Amino acid sequence: MKGDQPMTLETQPVVINFGPQHPSTHGVFRLVLTVDGEVVVDAKMVLGYLHRGVEKLAEEKTYIQNITFTDRLDYLSAMSNNFAYVLAVEKLAGIAVPERAEYIRVIMAELQRIASHLMAMGTFYQDVGGWGGPLMYMFRDREKILDLFEMACGQRLTCNYMRPGGVSMDLPPEFIPELKKFIPAMRAYLDEYEELIAENEIFKIRTRGVGILPKELAIDAGASGPVLRASGVRWDLRKDDTYSIYDRFDFDIPTGTVGDCYDRFMVRLQECRQSLRIIEQAVRDIPGGPWINPGVRGNVWAPPGEAYAHVEGPKGELGFYLVSDGGVGPYRFKIRSPSYINLTALKEMTVGWKVADAIIILGSIDIVMGEVDR
Amino acid sequence: MTVLDYLYDLSNLVQAFADWLSTFSAGWVVYWVVGLIAVVTTLLFAVNNTLAMNYIERKVIAHFQVRYGPNRAGPYGLLQPVADAIKILLKEPIVPAAADRPVFILAPIAAFVPAIMPWAVIPFTPRMMVADLNVGVLYVFAMGSLATIPIFMAGWSSRNKFALLGAMRAVAQMVSYEVPLVLSIVGVVISAGTLSLRGIVEAQTIPYIIPQFLGFLVFFVAGLGELNRSPLDLLEAESEIVAGYHTEYSGFMFILYYIAEYTHLWAYSAFITTFFLAGWRGPLLPPYVWFVLKMLFVAFLLIWLRATMPRLRIDQLLGLAWKLLLPVALVNVFITALGVFIFG
Repeated sequence: MKGDQPMTLETQPVVINFGPQHPSTHGVFRLVLTVDGEVVVDAKMVLGYLHRGVEKLAEEKTYIQNITFTDRLDYLSAMSNNFAYVLAVEKLAGIAVPERAEYIRVIMAELQRIASHLMAMGTFYQDVGGWGGPLMYMFRDREKILDLFEMACGQRLTCNYMRPGGVSMDLPPEFIPELKKFIPAMRAYLDEYEELIAENEIFKIRTRGVGILPKELAIDAGASGPVLRASGVRWDLRKDDTYSIYDRFDFDIPTGTVGDCYDRFMVRLQECRQSLRIIEQAVRDIPGGPWINPGVRGNVWAPPGEAYAHVEGPKGELGFYLVSDGGVGPYRFKIRSPSYINLTALKEMTVGWKVADAIIILGSIDIVMGEVDR
Repeated sequence: MTVLDYLYDLSNLVQAFADWLSTFSAGWVVYWVVGLIAVVTTLLFAVNNTLAMNYIERKVIAHFQVRYGPNRAGPYGLLQPVADAIKILLKEPIVPAAADRPVFILAPIAAFVPAIMPWAVIPFTPRMMVADLNVGVLYVFAMGSLATIPIFMAGWSSRNKFALLGAMRAVAQMVSYEVPLVLSIVGVVISAGTLSLRGIVEAQTIPYIIPQFLGFLVFFVAGLGELNRSPLDLLEAESEIVAGYHTEYSGFMFILYYIAEYTHLWAYSAFITTFFLAGWRGPLLPPYVWFVLKMLFVAFLLIWLRATMPRLRIDQLLGLAWKLLLPVALVNVFITALGVFIFG
């Protein structure tokens, strides 16, 4: 070594393979991180470990059979997936939906949003390092939602409840009273979570300013849902491209200001409150009558053509694009899955942060691998 | 002496045994036998606490998390730790092919030994302790510092990137937290005027947690960092680096880490009890019962923290040690010294 040069330690970046089997990759997601010490200098996503070929499979099945496939996309929000799919089929086949069924669907979709967000927030807290406490509280509350689902359709996770033209069966008489009990309880729990998690100083310093997704990048990356809204973009399909009967309800769209992990968490928390507001109004207004279009019996035939329908799912814009050649099933079945597209900007969000941050940034996007890989 | 007297301080029992032994044995035999009894009982206490702590932690955390916790093996799941221990012991200790074999095997042993050493000076009662070292505090921290090296050995020799990350964090974290930890206790030492742990307890007419509150806070937080307990459990941050430095360990070698970790935890509870909660002192109950109760209370605080708190990031963690804990500890030393100089 030359005498006049300062002594430096030679270091080199290390490639670390996060996943597909890692405690916090939320499934079989693989993240190849190049780290310099603890700082991430490059992040590469490797997808496809859960690819099941749903889109191709669906072409071989009928419109009704495909509903069960949609349950298994984002398995934490089966109702929303059902909803988006049946909307597309109804558009394609021109099926009308009775009033009561619309209300039931909205109630279910909003309950599902709460259930999905609870999971997102709970696992996010676990990623930040909380040892399961709040996650288990959220499991407890989600359980009540799943009980309601079970009451309505006999299934908890893969509900398979909605049908083109309505829902598969009417709500049982004890459903609405139970739901009325659930709403104030859930409100109290949400306040509790805000106090326990969002006010926690360690949680704040871990998440504030971390993994910022700027407004422009969020739009360019095609992000949607809480990820987009946390970056300050007021975009919610329930209001901006209203579907079903969402125009009848009074609710706000919570948005963030910075687009960091904390904002994404808070947007989810506040969306749960808004969902409760929608459910409250729906329970108040729900009419009697048929729960499915009496004209729809058995399978559905659609005339040749194409249709795209989307809903504001818990994770973002969930869309189904169907092409019909006049048969009993779709000719082409394309899913626009929000988890997958929200992942696009992961590299930009992660690079420059520490390994621990990379984990919580991934957690804050809230992916479900069943939907990412399809 | 009545039975109650024996129960009040178990060392009376040993004393009686030693008296009986000395009626027909040479002095050195009595010395060694009594010493052996003290060492073995303390060791058993320290190691068996792992089983107890394992059960307590799982049960308490389960109730924090609205679960039941272990309730299958034995009444109230009391045998669960035993079942787990048997299960882990029956597993093959796997040494990765690329690992640095001697270091890999030596590391758990090197972690285990310093974990049980500090128990030698912990005073359960004025007489129930293996050795009343006049430099007890120094000895305790010396043993605590040793714990860093085996962790780095394990992380380095495993040839696993997660383990290496854990080891890197270990060195940064434990070296940083050593400093405020030692400084926070200086106030106690100045107040008590002795380095002997028994002397420190005897000096506490009021528990030092009141006059030395700053010192207690720093000791508590720095201790968490030293112990790698939540919220400062970066070495084995499960959500980030899987199991940290002991990712590659299994079977018996893993259990040694496990015991070392929990023994550290109990020792830490015992130190807080000794330094700040007036050790064995308390009305009515036998002194060692008071001691264990206070230890359990501290352990409960630790579990409570673990059930609630998220984890700090490595830079924030080091910032906490150097920017907050160290200055506070120094201020505490200054105030205490001034107080002793003026009033004492």
